Amino acid sequence: MLTLQFIPYREIQGLSSIGRIRKLLNLAKENKIVLLEGRLTKDEETELIKTTMEEINVNFKGIELAVVNPSEQEEDVFAKIRTGIVGALIGNRQGFTIIGPAKIIKSIKRDPNKLQILMKDAKYREKKRRR
Amino acid sequence: MKIKVMSFVANLFNKLFGKKKIIRLGIYGPINAGKTTLANRICKDWIGEELGIVSKIPHETREIQMKEKVRIKSDNKELDFNIIDTPGIATKVDYEDFMKFKLSEKEAKKRAREATRGVIEAIKWLENVDCVLVVLDATQNPYNQVNITIIGNLAARDIPVLIVANKIDLRKANIKKVKNAFPQYKVVGISAEKGKNMEEFYEELFELVK
Repeated sequence: MLTLQFIPYREIQGLSSIGRIRKLLNLAKENKIVLLEGRLTKDEETELIKTTMEEINVNFKGIELAVVNPSEQEEDVFAKIRTGIVGALIGNRQGFTIIGPAKIIKSIKRDPNKLQILMKDAKYREKKRRR
Repeated sequence: MKIKVMSFVANLFNKLFGKKKIIRLGIYGPINAGKTTLANRICKDWIGEELGIVSKIPHETREIQMKEKVRIKSDNKELDFNIIDTPGIATKVDYEDFMKFKLSEKEAKKRAREATRGVIEAIKWLENVDCVLVVLDATQNPYNQVNITIIGNLAARDIPVLIVANKIDLRKANIKKVKNAFPQYKVVGISAEKGKNMEEFYEELFELVK
């Protein structure tokens, strides 16, 4: 069974950067795929990769991560400024972030308008678990 | 913070006493994009020796490698660089992937441990670079989150970035797709292995550090 857990932005809004990373990483380590409303800051994304690397072991192989942010495609300067102001006031709520364990997700393929999540074969995972 | 203060003092000292500044050029990117091949190409072009070992097995570079004071010339100008080749950034490392390349389980686990440490080191070194070449494999999908995170992080730090679309000698290479993925950045297509389009690359590098 696959669990997809939705996290509204308000659940991470009051947390520190470390708290946000911890929460997301703990869920991924519980073999859940997290769908986060909004996104982390660029520093937090990098810190998430760093923390993931620190915790990799025989059982935890890392994560797959994708951030979909429609405001990235805005080319109008005024739209970018508006997005920036809104972001500063209410946080990075635009778009969404997907984080899942590499044990379950083979890869996330992203094109500007499409997101494909390739899952690892369940039978293969079970075989590896029993090994 | 301490590093920034030290860098500021060093720059001030150099300006006051006329010492030529050495530009710390970081080479970043996802695994197997050709970062070390490019570092080797630059070093071979200007000092006649290579920097690191290249391999088809992912995470061949697992430590920061640096070649100091590499003098590069372009259009009658010359600049000194410290070339910093970094391990490929990844969000996952599975030792079993290395076993597909005929490494023993023990060797694969050791490589995985070193690879994770390498990614951490590469991220820490973002503090110690003046400008960055983000090397992408032009045959792969550029909309990879690792690429977006690295470039976004460098932008947040105000570090100048030149995107190098590598492996343009391969039929599957698509520079246009790389340009479309990062429209706000300068993209130069090269083949580090074959030495293709290196003149344009050096011109763009000088534009980057201007």
